[in-house]
Amino acid sequence: MRNLITAMALVAAAAPAIAQAPDAALARNLAATCANCHGTNGMTQGTDVEPLAGKPKDELVRKVQEFKQGKKPGTIMPQLAKGLTDAQIELMAGWFAAQPAK
Amino acid sequence: MTMQRREFLLAAGAAAGAAMLPGCATMGGASAGKVVVVGGGYAGATCAKYLRMWSNGTVGVTLIEPREAFVSCPISNLVIGGSKSIADVTVPYDSLSRRWGVNVVRDTATGIDVDKRTVTTAGGRTFAYDRLVLAPGIEFMWDAIPSYRANPERAIEIAPHSWQAGPQTVLLRRQLESMRDGGVYAISIPVAPYRCPPGPYERACQVAWYFKRAKPRSKVLVLDGNPDVTSKAGLFKKAWNEEYRGLVEYRPNHVLTDVDLATRTAKFETADDVKADVLNVVPPHRAGGIARAANVITANNRWCEVDFLSYESVRGKGVHVLGDAIQIAPGMPKSGHMANSQAKVAAAAILQQLGGQAPSATPMLTNTCYSFITDKDVVHVTSVHQYDRDKKTMLAVPGSGGVSPAMNELEGRFAMSWARNIWADTLG
Repeated sequence: MRNLITAMALVAAAAPAIAQAPDAALARNLAATCANCHGTNGMTQGTDVEPLAGKPKDELVRKVQEFKQGKKPGTIMPQLAKGLTDAQIELMAGWFAAQPAK
Repeated sequence: MTMQRREFLLAAGAAAGAAMLPGCATMGGASAGKVVVVGGGYAGATCAKYLRMWSNGTVGVTLIEPREAFVSCPISNLVIGGSKSIADVTVPYDSLSRRWGVNVVRDTATGIDVDKRTVTTAGGRTFAYDRLVLAPGIEFMWDAIPSYRANPERAIEIAPHSWQAGPQTVLLRRQLESMRDGGVYAISIPVAPYRCPPGPYERACQVAWYFKRAKPRSKVLVLDGNPDVTSKAGLFKKAWNEEYRGLVEYRPNHVLTDVDLATRTAKFETADDVKADVLNVVPPHRAGGIARAANVITANNRWCEVDFLSYESVRGKGVHVLGDAIQIAPGMPKSGHMANSQAKVAAAAILQQLGGQAPSATPMLTNTCYSFITDKDVVHVTSVHQYDRDKKTMLAVPGSGGVSPAMNELEGRFAMSWARNIWADTLG
């Protein structure tokens, strides 16, 4: 299952301009909601907020799940993570993992 | 130009340069379709950039915006408080054209023909489109204030709104600087919905921050058309009771009926008149005027109802509406962050529609609004909104979102980081 989701995320990341299927760009679209704080495509401006581009998928999923489950303190993220489904977290993490860090 | 600003521009340039795509050099190349975006605020600029980025430069995008540069409403209350300058909240449009190949046209859209699919401008130009994005922001309902009707331009020189960042922001700052110690600053807040729910209360804090240091015998009066503080109520009231004790007075249920401009006196439905030395009247507002030309104002003669999967008007015809101009979903604020988030959902949907496909059925939006209590201490409100298939709207997820436990400096750093990142995401 995890491999399938990763594959979907990679397909989404590599998708051309116009999506092949209605949700082929879903991971990219969901990940774009992070850009306001974490930068376009996860390339963050400045050093106060963690960049997401190129980070290992497992690390991103673990951190967001810890926020969601109240195991990791924070300001915004514990409150935001509670609004995301597990499937959305997987898709976004997979998409960021596939992005170049620079 | 300040140091911060120079650093921001360098950083924004580096990031956008790294992400530059082939095809950007051919400005307006339109093999896969043409989109015209009216309005270069958080919604319009973001949509223009993401249409180019996500189409690998194959969709031609024209952005029509009269202003020379983008001036951010978020953070502009710090200009009014005096801890930032207007240059600190100003970002040029250059990157949209240079890096992303957006055809940025400095002009005012004045007419829309939804059947011929064209936009005409004050400068006499006509632009054809396959899909139209209207991100016109707000216009003020001058008729709501009798003394403003004849000459609103003059009225706002006397009692500025400062609710569209730019010269009005600078004017209010100048009025505060000229005010005597012991004077009264009053802000009139319209009945919700209005742009930026916590903005008026943040502004009261920023003016109080200035008074506390420079004019300690002065007073801030918050004259709210609403029955209570509409956002982060506990946190703002705590600030007024503690940090700004004796400086700020909050008065609910003050629905403005008129202003005596000669004496800077505000009049209300059911409360006593208030005379101020500096009077900051935020009039009620509605979708920007070009929305009327496109016939997409469908709610209360004020706002534009949209399909939340694509932000296409409920009237259809390939006209999308974004940002403060839309009829909001429950719990959805009219904010810059929300406008930027909506713009990406719309950009993805437009690319799918141009390719003959249905928009994604499961969009998600987040919102974060930081408010500065002092020049460094900040509080936030945040929320997550998922699409509800049955109700066909965006709904805040129960149990998610929330506010800061108390004002703190760490979030002051995060707030400025947010600004740098959203400015770069929108324009860089």
